[in-house]
Amino acid sequence: MLRKNDGALGTTSQGPVVEPFTRSEPTSLLLRELVGHLRQNRTQLREDWVSRITEAQLLTAMTKEEIFAEATSVYDSYVEVLQTGTFEALQTYARNLSERIIPRGVETNEVVGIVLLLRDVLARSLFAKYQADFEKLDRILDAYEPAANRIANTVAVGFVQERERVIRQQQEAIRELSTPVLQVRERLLILPIIGVIDPQRARQLTEQLLRGIRTNRAKVVVIDITGVAAMDATVANHLVQTVEASRLLGASSIVTGLSPEIAQTLVNIGVDLGKMNTVGDLQGGIEQAERLLGYKVVQLAEAN
Amino acid sequence: MEVPILKQGSFLIATVQAALSDADLLQFRSALIQYVVRSRSQGVILDVTDLDVLDSFASRTIREISLMIRLRGAETVIVGIQPEVAFAMVQLGLTMEGVATALDLDEGLQYLNHRSKTATS
Repeated sequence: MLRKNDGALGTTSQGPVVEPFTRSEPTSLLLRELVGHLRQNRTQLREDWVSRITEAQLLTAMTKEEIFAEATSVYDSYVEVLQTGTFEALQTYARNLSERIIPRGVETNEVVGIVLLLRDVLARSLFAKYQADFEKLDRILDAYEPAANRIANTVAVGFVQERERVIRQQQEAIRELSTPVLQVRERLLILPIIGVIDPQRARQLTEQLLRGIRTNRAKVVVIDITGVAAMDATVANHLVQTVEASRLLGASSIVTGLSPEIAQTLVNIGVDLGKMNTVGDLQGGIEQAERLLGYKVVQLAEAN
Repeated sequence: MEVPILKQGSFLIATVQAALSDADLLQFRSALIQYVVRSRSQGVILDVTDLDVLDSFASRTIREISLMIRLRGAETVIVGIQPEVAFAMVQLGLTMEGVATALDLDEGLQYLNHRSKTATS
């Protein structure tokens, strides 16, 4: 869905001029000339570009050699796009590049920055080359700029998309990891909650807990919120709902690990947790749960 | 549609088979609170396993049944509330306060046995 957007984004920045990057005869001729120029001066322009990147202190997370290698690939795909007018290869390359550099902490502004720098460097070389023939320069720029804008767009959008994909993936992973329902004894479950409780997560927590209660035939649930940093009325309400839903399935709940700060906030904002069975820490909660279930833990001998 | 009420030892078991209309529920309520004393039962198990919806009227009626049966000298336990139903109920604020609940029929029987034992001893 996101991928489809870049067509629209491309249109806005390049104006109504070139869509879908059609080439009337003169434009195509001009572009061919342009590509010829870029091929001829490849080494010089590429070096200019790399030195501009270093000057602007972009891509600081990468070594000089790496920057040079990436710059070469970007330069070549850039020229290729100008020559063929198709963006698929560049899109793939941009995604690929993003995949490699995102883990190294490269920021969006850096990626956008280097592509814009390349655009600058090439435009300058065009100015230098055609400064005598102003009209020609004008026409060359007419052909070059829309394409260059669209390239910059493609790369930036590719980068942002990749970044969003990574973020989504990580959120998914956190969500899956963060709600384990553990059985510690016959009919006794523990639900350790760590991190932020938002409505979505509260729902998921409750669903998993209820499912766990049914499959393990649990009678007592210890909900440990030591890892919950802050609590407000909404979160407390979610907690109450979780406890009440468990009760409807015949399981009683013990909430443990309320920090002094949370206790103060809850009393200050007037949330009534009176119906809930709270115990200071997880150990105490498990001990009370064992009493409820009729277990008695006996130490057989002194530990060494 | 009538809800069958079965006698099992000193307990009654009523299995609510499918979604009942409000009128059915009220009829069931009066049948049950009559039968509980007539059959000299000590406890009632209301099995709602089959229900995938419990609206506010139904949960209020079930809660009332439980309170009425207590006045008639017996205990009630609701068994078999599905996880999804439980979740929907708490979201609607229907928490069945003061009503005993258990996971399934087996648990419900154990609960009532336990209650009647502690009551007699």
